[in-house]
Amino acid sequence: MSAQDVLVVAEIQRETLGDVTLELLAAARGLATATGGQVVALVLTADGARYAPALAAADRIVVIDDPLLAAYSPEPFVAALQEIVAAEQPRAVLIGATSIGWDLAPLLAARLNVPLVTGGKAIQPDGDALRVTASFCGGKMLAEIQVAASPAIVMVLPGAYRPSSEVGKGETERRQLAAPLSDAAVRFDQWVLPAAGDLDITQQEILVAVGRGIQQKDNLELAEGLAQTLGGAVCASRPVIDQGWLPPTRQVGKSGMTVKPRCFIALGISGAPEHIEGMKDSDLIVAVNTDPKAPIFDVAHYGVVADVLDLVPALTEALKRS
Amino acid sequence: MKITVVVRQIPDLIEPLEIDSSGTAFDLGSASFIVNESDDHALEQAILLKEAGGATVSVVALDFGDIDNTLYTAAAKGADRIIKIALADETPPPPRAAAALYAKAIQPLSPDLVLIGVQAHDELDGGLSPFLAAALGLPYVGVICGVKPGAEQGTISVCKEFPGAVMARLNVKLPVVLGIVGAEQPPRYVPVARVRAAMKTTQFEEQEAATAAVGPAVSICRLYPPASGSHAEMLAGSEDEVAARIAEILAQKGLVK
Repeated sequence: MSAQDVLVVAEIQRETLGDVTLELLAAARGLATATGGQVVALVLTADGARYAPALAAADRIVVIDDPLLAAYSPEPFVAALQEIVAAEQPRAVLIGATSIGWDLAPLLAARLNVPLVTGGKAIQPDGDALRVTASFCGGKMLAEIQVAASPAIVMVLPGAYRPSSEVGKGETERRQLAAPLSDAAVRFDQWVLPAAGDLDITQQEILVAVGRGIQQKDNLELAEGLAQTLGGAVCASRPVIDQGWLPPTRQVGKSGMTVKPRCFIALGISGAPEHIEGMKDSDLIVAVNTDPKAPIFDVAHYGVVADVLDLVPALTEALKRS
Repeated sequence: MKITVVVRQIPDLIEPLEIDSSGTAFDLGSASFIVNESDDHALEQAILLKEAGGATVSVVALDFGDIDNTLYTAAAKGADRIIKIALADETPPPPRAAAALYAKAIQPLSPDLVLIGVQAHDELDGGLSPFLAAALGLPYVGVICGVKPGAEQGTISVCKEFPGAVMARLNVKLPVVLGIVGAEQPPRYVPVARVRAAMKTTQFEEQEAATAAVGPAVSICRLYPPASGSHAEMLAGSEDEVAARIAEILAQKGLVK
């Protein structure tokens, strides 16, 4: 172990290694190459060895097998993570900005009394310190942050790095925790899967997505008319789902679906990182927003600065004519 | 059940945020403020629990931005106690230091359940909700979108969001801090008349300013907006012209039936 190592927390949900893990490994490799350290992947689960082949981009794969890590609960995961970080003393700990990451990273930072940066998009050495480019304010602002203390905990936005295809040494180490994990106040009960019956937006070739700019539920008719004309379906960003205007099965983004349609038309969606995470790989993205600085224009292929309530009727008519 | 809710004011992103002359902080003097959306959901969830089975709801906030209006609105929605914490500085402290201020105000309330928005868009170096749990010495779980009384006394059942519209149902022993991402229903609207009535009857419990230790700090070297429009080809013209151009593009890609 070395003070220049970079530790990646592998994310496993429903017995599947999360895509973000390979992205974290890519970020870690870039940093470790610059600092002369190793990339260490940490697997916290009940049977971690089977995930090791997929983590070959790491130099070392530390596996903690424990029955209390079979299903997610913050306390045993943080306790295990804390012990390993304390033992390894890495330069940085990279954790995905995911549902689990938003628990683990701040709790770990609080327990170790070390710095934490959220919204990480890029990480590089800056002398003895680290320099992190972080996104915040819904993707409308970036910050260059210097972190001198070690270990630095960085939450990395999913999609910020291309998944690693490199092959490291991939040596697996099974570890026993010195302190046994204890039962937690928060206990996993069961998975609740999306209700059957609604259409699967991940299978649609054309999606018309609505955000706050749609303003009220009645205006969904405009989006539905456009989607119908194109033979597609309507989906939405989180604020529309939170209002109960569309079911959760139509949500695109971090907590919703990841879609890759042939065409994604974003209506009144500003483009927070949580939403972009779910649609950025669409073949063609057309975005309409009144704010010319909306981050959605950074991922769109074509952009229009306009009020969706004005443009959509004109677009639907134009499509009917063509 | 004793529930405490934390509500925060954050800059409204409808208007562009100005960066001050240092280049490392916002010029908040030119910003307008709104309630943090997920905190609003946390309050709604607390009121729903109160309505479902009886609870007292205390709302705690730092005195910043347009917080009085937010607090009167909370009272109009059904909050029983309102606690406002004075700030020693003109701007709110970073999350870890803010957590210490909130914890000092919340500890005497001995809450069974603390609800707070899981995230605020202006957080760069941590999330207030888990830091608050750490400061209170309570368990924490976040990204929660639904809270119901549990099967056993002293427990609740919550749903934690995961990608793909999948949720994990978790059984949670009280006391606990939950980072709320969404309530079981959208935050309720309260008529202005009820807010005005609350202004006449609600007494804030005001706490003196205190300086909290900042903790391990990160150094912001520069703030800047991302290069906008760096990728999209922007289409300009009248609505009909732009609509015709989009239709043409879609047709060229074979996307028009």
